[in-house]
Amino acid sequence: MRLLPATCLAFLLALNLAAEDTIKLGEVASLTGKQASFGQTNHRGAVFAVEELNAAGGVLGHKLELVTEDTRSLQGEAATSVKKLITRDKVTAVLSETGSTAALEAAPLCQSAGVPMVSAVGTNPRITEAGSYIFRACFIDPFQGTVLAKFAANTLKVRRVGLLVSSGNAYSVGLAKYFRTDFSTAGGAIVAEQKYADGDKDFRAQLTAIKAAGPDAIFATGDYSESALICKQARELGLTVPIFGGDTWDSPALLEIGGKAVEGGYFSAHFSPESKDPAVQGFVQRFRQRWGTTPDTGTSLGYDAVMLVADALRRAGSTEGHKLRDALATTKDFAGVTGRITIDAQRNASKSAVIFTVKDGKFVYVESVAP
Amino acid sequence: MTEFLQQLLNGISLGAIFALIALGYTMVYGVLRFINFAHSDVFMVGAYVGYYIGKLVPEHTIWGGLAALAGAMAVCAALGVVIERLAYRPLRGAPTLNVLITAIGVSLLLQNLGQFFFGATPRPFPELFPATTFVLHGIYVSSNQLVVIGVTLILLYALRFIVMGTKIGTAMRAVSQNPKAASLVGIDIDVVISFTFALGSAMAAAGGILYALNYPSIDPLMGVLPGLKAFVAAVLGGIGNIPGAALGGLLLGVVETFVNGSKDWSTYKDAIAFALLILVLLFRPAGLLGSFTKEKV
Repeated sequence: MRLLPATCLAFLLALNLAAEDTIKLGEVASLTGKQASFGQTNHRGAVFAVEELNAAGGVLGHKLELVTEDTRSLQGEAATSVKKLITRDKVTAVLSETGSTAALEAAPLCQSAGVPMVSAVGTNPRITEAGSYIFRACFIDPFQGTVLAKFAANTLKVRRVGLLVSSGNAYSVGLAKYFRTDFSTAGGAIVAEQKYADGDKDFRAQLTAIKAAGPDAIFATGDYSESALICKQARELGLTVPIFGGDTWDSPALLEIGGKAVEGGYFSAHFSPESKDPAVQGFVQRFRQRWGTTPDTGTSLGYDAVMLVADALRRAGSTEGHKLRDALATTKDFAGVTGRITIDAQRNASKSAVIFTVKDGKFVYVESVAP
Repeated sequence: MTEFLQQLLNGISLGAIFALIALGYTMVYGVLRFINFAHSDVFMVGAYVGYYIGKLVPEHTIWGGLAALAGAMAVCAALGVVIERLAYRPLRGAPTLNVLITAIGVSLLLQNLGQFFFGATPRPFPELFPATTFVLHGIYVSSNQLVVIGVTLILLYALRFIVMGTKIGTAMRAVSQNPKAASLVGIDIDVVISFTFALGSAMAAAGGILYALNYPSIDPLMGVLPGLKAFVAAVLGGIGNIPGAALGGLLLGVVETFVNGSKDWSTYKDAIAFALLILVLLFRPAGLLGSFTKEKV
């Protein structure tokens, strides 16, 4: 037993050496809890990106190390996790692989610590307003709200829309807000707006009220797990109008849960695995080999977020916070798997969106909408 | 008027499920005087057992649906007995607070085991029973809603028969009134308590399957919210009282549905449900149908 302290010491030293040798990327993800399905797919994309980068020799001569903290999908946990990553693990950059609500907690902490943060999937505009160190790899709610308002008015040619909003969900509230403004400008009317809480499963009451208002279409702004049930219950209540949603609909689980009820639905998305772009096709193929499944939006954005940081690290030639920040801010035409990314003056990713429809149990590409 | 009747039907079918879960809370409380918080997670396990049995039996058949229902009820009855044996029995005679905390622990354990074994991603629940939608004077009624209301009524009646009309039911009531006196007249308390847990957990399993039929997306945390609502329903109706639990469940389901369907108030639905609870308890401290018993010194 006398050997034990010495062994421990040697082990700690080895750990320490290993740690100094790598560039640490902190990752906050909702791996368990009610947003676990998103967190896990995003996380897989980030892991895959780090694996690929390391296999190619790392960045700036160092291997990358992903330090992951789980938010358990609870409010307040993202803040705790980020504090831990910054003070204990001394990470070079933080990747937020969570929804908007958690990213909003993380952003001000990264800003005040001077650690660049990239939000992979948080589309709420307020995230990057936290300050000059906060970036994102996805487009933002106003853009998505605008795209869907244009799509509803011009392609679907509807005038009366019923809104369903998850009132505790920053993403859902944001989408509804920008859609409302732009759809009204385009000459449409919101005939009914009903709210529900995150995690609700019964929407019959709200849908009955919407039905009474006689809409031409319904915009379900929440997550797919809720929207799939909304479609099912709407059809059971005899509502046959088209139902559409935002990018959280982009999950195979929408089809599994929604079944026939989601047929003919529409949604805006970041990424299509069916894209003809060779970069996307290569990514999809490599990802399938590694994980056995097709990457979805969350995975691809998680992947792009890591790649954006790696690209900026290379251009900065340093892991210092302010140099990395400056390099991230000048990202231009970066070829991500979710499209060509240019970071704009508000540190948001400017790139195009795609519209999908559900046909015969598959997502079918409808059109691309440029920013 | 059509909208009103449609909302009433929506509310009753939601309330029927609350009622079914509330029965389990109320029965355990009636016998042991403590709230079994793990009940809502047994509800979740019931839905998952139904999910796996649903893969073995053909979909859209009455017997397939009944097989899943019976199988889940049997598995959860056994689970209930095991939980009682391992977690609660060693604490019998200890302060109620200890048992209560243990119950919360068991609840968290089941939730996390669920995430570990079943995965956190919501899964689609199969359509066990043949599903159609009827239209009656502009009101849309899905067959699943009718199944929920029907099964709840049958189980409620069966439970009432067991508690009021059988020997074991008489023993349950005796233990509920005074466990010591019951054991003095030769009632095996362990058997009675195990039976109560089995019965309550079977009800939870039935509730889980009916819930999943109506809202066909199941996940390991699916029990938390309905469990809380059912607990409120049980207290509202008078905890320990079986018809009270059913009444409380229906009332809560209908109120929640009407609040949800209103234009501006839907965000406050939980606040309104709890305000209703406080209001009822102010005027009837033992709940709607509960009888107030004096603490014996």
